[in-house]
Amino acid sequence: MAEPRPGGASVPASTQSARGAMGEALLEIVDLQKLFPLTQGIVFRKTVGHVRAVDGVNLTLHRGETVGLVGESGCGKSTVAKLLVALEKPTGGTIRYKGEDVAKMGGRALKRYRREVQIIFQDPYGSLNPRMTVGDIVAEGWSVHADVAPRKGRLHRTQELLERVGLNPDYVNRYPHQFSGGQRQRIGIARALAMQPEVIVCDEPVSALDVSVQAQVVNLLEDLQDDFGMSYLFIAHDLSVVRHLSDRIAVMYLGSVVEEGTEAQVYGSPSHPYTQALLSSVPLHEPALRGQKDRILLQGDVPSPADPPSGCRFRTRCWKAQDICATEPPALIDRGQGHPAACHFAEAREVVPVEVAE
Amino acid sequence: MSSSSGYISSTPALEPNPTAGPVLEVEDLHVEFRTRNGVVNAVNGISYSVDQGETLAILGESGSGKSVSAQAIMGILDSPPAVITGGGINFQGRDILKMDEEEQRQIRGPGIAMIFQDALSALNPVYSVGFQIGEMFRAHRGTSRKEAKQHAIELMDRVRIPAAARRVNDYPHQFSGGMRQRVMIAMALALDPRILIADEPTTALDVTVQAQVMDLLKDLQRDTGMGLILITHDLGVVNEVADRVAVMYAGRIVETGTVDDVFTRPAMPYTVGLMNSIPQVEAKGGRLKPIIGQPPNLARIPSGCPFHPRCPMARTGAAAAPDRDCVADLPPLRVVTVGREAACHYSEELLNG
Amino acid sequence: MTDQQEQSLDPAQIETDVRTGLGVPSAEVTEGRQNSLWSDAWGQLRRNPLFWIGAFLGVFFVLMAIFPSWFARGADPRSCSLTESKQPPSSAHWMGFDQQGCDYLANVVYGARTSLTIGLLSVIGVLLLGVIIGAVAGYYGGIADSLLARLTDIFFALPLILGALILLRVGPSTGLPILSDRGAGAVAIALSAFGWMTAMRLVRSQVIAVKSQDYVAAARAMGASNFRILTRHILPNAVAPVLVYSTITVGVLIAAEATLTYLGVGLQRPAISWGLQIENGQSLLRTAPHLVLFPSIILSLTVMAFIMLGDALRDALDPRQRS
Repeated sequence: MAEPRPGGASVPASTQSARGAMGEALLEIVDLQKLFPLTQGIVFRKTVGHVRAVDGVNLTLHRGETVGLVGESGCGKSTVAKLLVALEKPTGGTIRYKGEDVAKMGGRALKRYRREVQIIFQDPYGSLNPRMTVGDIVAEGWSVHADVAPRKGRLHRTQELLERVGLNPDYVNRYPHQFSGGQRQRIGIARALAMQPEVIVCDEPVSALDVSVQAQVVNLLEDLQDDFGMSYLFIAHDLSVVRHLSDRIAVMYLGSVVEEGTEAQVYGSPSHPYTQALLSSVPLHEPALRGQKDRILLQGDVPSPADPPSGCRFRTRCWKAQDICATEPPALIDRGQGHPAACHFAEAREVVPVEVAE
Repeated sequence: MSSSSGYISSTPALEPNPTAGPVLEVEDLHVEFRTRNGVVNAVNGISYSVDQGETLAILGESGSGKSVSAQAIMGILDSPPAVITGGGINFQGRDILKMDEEEQRQIRGPGIAMIFQDALSALNPVYSVGFQIGEMFRAHRGTSRKEAKQHAIELMDRVRIPAAARRVNDYPHQFSGGMRQRVMIAMALALDPRILIADEPTTALDVTVQAQVMDLLKDLQRDTGMGLILITHDLGVVNEVADRVAVMYAGRIVETGTVDDVFTRPAMPYTVGLMNSIPQVEAKGGRLKPIIGQPPNLARIPSGCPFHPRCPMARTGAAAAPDRDCVADLPPLRVVTVGREAACHYSEELLNG
Repeated sequence: MTDQQEQSLDPAQIETDVRTGLGVPSAEVTEGRQNSLWSDAWGQLRRNPLFWIGAFLGVFFVLMAIFPSWFARGADPRSCSLTESKQPPSSAHWMGFDQQGCDYLANVVYGARTSLTIGLLSVIGVLLLGVIIGAVAGYYGGIADSLLARLTDIFFALPLILGALILLRVGPSTGLPILSDRGAGAVAIALSAFGWMTAMRLVRSQVIAVKSQDYVAAARAMGASNFRILTRHILPNAVAPVLVYSTITVGVLIAAEATLTYLGVGLQRPAISWGLQIENGQSLLRTAPHLVLFPSIILSLTVMAFIMLGDALRDALDPRQRS
């Protein structure tokens, strides 16, 4: 008799390849850079340095796919999220949506961009206005983008949306504080969905939820993608959840992408030392796999993004570091492992035990 | 790693486990919160024990009451509105709850120590870390300032804070999250406690830092032989660090056993549900099977088995065996097989496939 | 957990969960009618005896202001006869007569209308100035904030009474519309002009706090205009402290008007004002103490009513006690 297998049964091959099929490139991020000035003085501010929050990120998001962006705190992934929904302006580089440069978009084009690219936030308690009813929150986008929904049917559409995300449509007039964390996240998802977006940037949407509720929201996100065909940029620090949802993965460290590839490539044969260290520190929850993981413990602390190391930023904590690492920043290219990695000495290594297919 | 000899000496009340038997034993503890909106039954009769050198993990989500039981042991519950309405906490054979305030204080500091989730708010921002670690010595052993500082440096070394002698005068905000957590561990270890309670020690930390801190805790435990109670909601951490696990739900323990046993073959549908709802890092896996519904509101715990509204195996009415109706009868925590207890009417069915 | 998160947690859940994980409570959607945060505050208010005392007195004085004839027992404050001058209280005339021989009860009662009107007008002025300047400074930040904050600091340096006094003294010679007549409007303007600063600070700090919330970012990401964000998202969540402050300020400004009038720069005869009554009565304190006593008591009670209401409101809106 089969034991209860964590994670559920294996997926038939056809579904996997269908999801990973590449559509057109919707979002192209090229050399994206965001520097925050550090100032001194109260009345007359003098810039004394910069926090290099995002420093050279290259990424492409195709239609219908989910790209996972992983990294630890301070790597800049949240800043990337804000840049993508135009909450911040990039200091350098370009974001191209359907071929058009976002920074050069005029009024109407920018408005269309804001409608088609939506964001879901991490904090279920801060992301909803406590003084607005749930119905108003979900429908607010229609007041700004009147063309999406005609005024007459709005209440009905709001209720449909609530139902679609698994909430009782009768609760349209209730206030956020009457819902639980997981339910509030669903409201946030309904709000994004109301705009009929093409891309949803998910900024750690399940990190603040209980484990049993996380799975509900993850399933919901998957279902919505199957139904509506939008693309996700899924930003998280929980590597298991990211692997589950994503087709491709990009690993970030101190503002730039250090490794990129399909989930099988990045998790199965990580080539950048940071990715390897990251994967080795994820605790596995199956007793049978205990001790089968390659153990890599990093020394030291993450350097400050205001003063990153020269050359390769990871070199201060890397066991492979040599002279060239301090002088020449490694480019994010394929060095023979089948997917790009930004390391002069990139070498594929199996860190996480590979699941034996049944 | 510097040895801990010399300055760490046990006071008479805390000989390394004079009685054979568990160092800490919680017996049928009940804690209520009496608020304006009603009574919240945070802890409803839990019992567990920790031996020397053993790591017990208390696994639960929010609303399970796991932190409250630890706070009750440490005596840091806000006493109104919290009230301990029953049960005992035996430390080295003596019931702490029956002692007076001063005795409790003497037992708790040196005997049982606790570290919290958020090191930044647990440390006083206006005193240097050396001062705060040294305070343990000055307050409980009356050591001089100079000596206390020396002990602080030794402890910081022991918890692997680099350049301890230089950093002993730094303030908490000058340390990173992982380092602050180590400072808290140093403070907790100062008086060589027999039991260390870690309440979600790594939840707020990055995964690489988490690995370092858990590694450190394991090593320290091996060196000192203290018992470790690890409170967490992360199954991975439990699997890698703990010997035994107690799963909590709605203020009660619903399953206990060794980690190997409980995680490989759970005897309670809630544990099964937890394991099924977590994605794996070693394979993409198929669709997750979440537990339906939300964690319970402790002010309105469902009747019978508190898990029944969410349980795929719940049986009621005609389908239920007599006295084992999931909606009406509260399942007691009972032995279901060697070394394992579960609070489910139908554990045997679950275990046998 | 952020403060904003804590604010919205049920206190029972706070106590049981404050140290676990990420502090996610598990309140089910409450059955029954919808609960806005205001109705929750109302529940808290109802239980507070301070609120009821303040409310009773407040309503009493508001009614006195609107329908003075009910309270004056039919007497006309201006029908005076010198034969009754300075008569002490009697059963027919509860507060006796003033120097002119006018029924004092009627005068004191009609004084309520003046004082409350001025108090209300001034507070509206304070709120308008405070909210607009505070919101602009807090929301736009940068140079606008620096300039407005410095402006506020300058005004803070001027004491309320002194500033209003000077403005009212100088007022008639300026020829500006309302300010030149020595009427209620002028007093209200003078008080608002020097009383808005604390309101501005309160609004500004709340706006800055609310501005960084995710729901504001969500609105901005969606393309909402600045105006929409300010009116729909920021101000509703930022005004609670300043509303409490305003309630208390009504009382303070009523007292300030009485002071200005007493000093001679506020209302003039033949206006009916408690300040005037106190000023007139002070020289007769030995012989006819009731002339000072009654308006003083009523004035104090009115001010106290609003302060109590404000205190009760603050407790009810206090996020830590909010359920």
